[in-house]
Amino acid sequence: MIPMEHYLVVSTLMFFIGVYGFITRRNILAILISLELMLNAVEINFAVFNRYLFPGSMEGMFFTLFGIAITAAETAISIAIIINVYRNIQCINVRSMNKLKN
Amino acid sequence: MEFTLLILLLPIVLFLILGLAGHKMKPLFAGLVGTLGMLTITVLAYFTAYKYFFVEGKVGGVFQELIPFSFEWLRFTDNLHIDLGILLDPISVMMLVVITTVSLMVHIYSLAYMQGEKGFQRYFAYLSLFSFSMLGLVVATNIFQMYIFWELVGVSSYLLIGFYYTKPSAVSASKKAFIVTRFADLGFLLGILVLSYYTGTFDFGQLTADHASLVVNSTAGASFMGLSIASLAMALIFMGGAGKSAMFPLHIWLPDAMEGPTPVSALIHAATMVVAGVYLVARLFPVYFFAAPDILNMIAYIGAFTAIFAALIAITQTDIKRVLAFSTISQIAYMMVALGVSGYGDHDGLGYMASMFHLFTHAFFKALLFLGAGSVIHAVHSNEMKDMGNLRKFMPITHITFLIACLSIAGIPPFSGFFSKDEILAAAFHHDKFLFASLWIVAGLTAFYMFRLYFNIFWGKTKEYAGAHKPHESPWQMSFPLLFLAFLSIVTGFIPFSSFVSTDNIGFDAHIDWSIAASGIGVALLGIAGAVVLYMKGGDKPAELAKSFGGFYTATLNKFYLDEVWMFITKSIIFKWICMPIAWFDKNVIDAAFDALASITQKIAYAIRGFQSGQIQFYAWVFVVGTLAIATYALLNE
Repeated sequence: MIPMEHYLVVSTLMFFIGVYGFITRRNILAILISLELMLNAVEINFAVFNRYLFPGSMEGMFFTLFGIAITAAETAISIAIIINVYRNIQCINVRSMNKLKN
Repeated sequence: MEFTLLILLLPIVLFLILGLAGHKMKPLFAGLVGTLGMLTITVLAYFTAYKYFFVEGKVGGVFQELIPFSFEWLRFTDNLHIDLGILLDPISVMMLVVITTVSLMVHIYSLAYMQGEKGFQRYFAYLSLFSFSMLGLVVATNIFQMYIFWELVGVSSYLLIGFYYTKPSAVSASKKAFIVTRFADLGFLLGILVLSYYTGTFDFGQLTADHASLVVNSTAGASFMGLSIASLAMALIFMGGAGKSAMFPLHIWLPDAMEGPTPVSALIHAATMVVAGVYLVARLFPVYFFAAPDILNMIAYIGAFTAIFAALIAITQTDIKRVLAFSTISQIAYMMVALGVSGYGDHDGLGYMASMFHLFTHAFFKALLFLGAGSVIHAVHSNEMKDMGNLRKFMPITHITFLIACLSIAGIPPFSGFFSKDEILAAAFHHDKFLFASLWIVAGLTAFYMFRLYFNIFWGKTKEYAGAHKPHESPWQMSFPLLFLAFLSIVTGFIPFSSFVSTDNIGFDAHIDWSIAASGIGVALLGIAGAVVLYMKGGDKPAELAKSFGGFYTATLNKFYLDEVWMFITKSIIFKWICMPIAWFDKNVIDAAFDALASITQKIAYAIRGFQSGQIQFYAWVFVVGTLAIATYALLNE
């Protein structure tokens, strides 16, 4: 059986790649993808901890399933917003999304 | 006697009507409303006097203090409360008659004198306000009610002095009058507080009852800075009276108050308001006499000094209204002296009675003098003596009535001033020879300056009068009050005043002491003779005489530089050494502290506002770094 630490290393790597991408990218789609990476890292953790620490129960698994569903919905909304933004300013760079500032 | 309430209610209603709706009325209509209202009040006051003195007031030979109306207005403690009510006793009823008579005459006179002035309706509204306040003052049942109306009188005086509010001199005169009297009223208020703290009452009846035993007992033993509490309180109260009645050194406002319309000067600054101080001392006379005799003595000396002082200034003034103003100060001081030398009970109270008598007669002949002066000013359009001369040819009625008033104030029998002045001289003679001597000199000076005024206006050479038309006699609205007041100036002296007004409210018989009367008449005739020699024909004699007096003449002409002294005290001492440092402290310490607080907040805000950039990625960066830092810290300290 693969030890738990291996899963955790993968999820940590995914999470910090996500953080890095979230902070450094200027393209809003790339930011959205980074966000998904972080969420997925968290969901892996849910599944792994459930599997290794509480093998008799299923709450972690269900939480993961719900998380996937919510992420999907959230992505759909985000993309709808991004499309609208693009229609308005012909650009999806976050630095140029400053019309509300003034 | 409940109808006396109307005497107070009518003028305030008139004031409200004229003040709120006056500008919508025709001027003449507004004037007639005010005058007819005043006529009603006068009739009521006369009826009150008749009922009080001859029907209801006297019980068993003693005049009672009647309180036909009173209600509790403010309650502080079980004992201490402020009432508003009406007190009828000999002096308040006498004052009702004086105020309403003079006020009515001034109303009638003003119909013609103020004709065509801007704000005619406003003028009559103010006159009603003044009448209300003054009537309220004299019928006050307690010292606090008196104080309330005292201030109201001050306000209406302020409004009327500043009636020509486009004239800078009138504006500054009204401010001066208000500030000086207000400053004096500070003393009055403090006196009331001290007195009521010890006695636990404001009520005149309780304060003066039974030889003022309440005051004597409650303040016994207490003293402050070497002065007994009773003396201190009464001195402070007298300060208020001195301010209103223009006693030295608080007299400086009265001459300037002549900037107001002349009928106003006649009503307020000659006959009624300025005697409020005398009335106040008279009202509290038993307290002064039994609890603070030292203060009463002081009042006599202040009065004597003021009388001489003002009479000397009056001799050199050239503005006819100012001469009358200083003569008013001098005559009021006369009344103060009379109160100061008075004893208590029966014939000893001669000074008290004489003071009230002089107040009564003075109100009429001084109002007459002012209205006469107004008539002259109306005719020649100037206040200065040098613009007048030989006016007796043009204005016979004014001339005759003015002469009667001059004879009256000079103390020539059988005019009213003779009787009251003689009583004062007699009272002073029996009390203190020095005071008698100063009053005697003042009597001579009075006769001299009044006849100087008279000859300068009505005799001498005819002057070139401004405008095409010659001076002419005034219309009947102005001559009628002159004639009526002249009539009063002749007859009021024959009223047996001492059987109505006395310290213990039991009438007594005052008879003329002919030796004193003769000396009084003698000095008055001497004064008149001097005026005849110097001024009847005109010429250079007065100027030469003035030159021979040199510096003294200049000093009196400049009113002994009292205005300048006050200016120096306020500006160079109080403003410079007290007010300026305090203002500096306020500006540079208190204000600056709050400014510093504000600017520090602003600087911090500027410094940290970069954090709120709106860049989510930056927020996320800070968030992650912070989380990691906290996590590291937690792990390291495990």
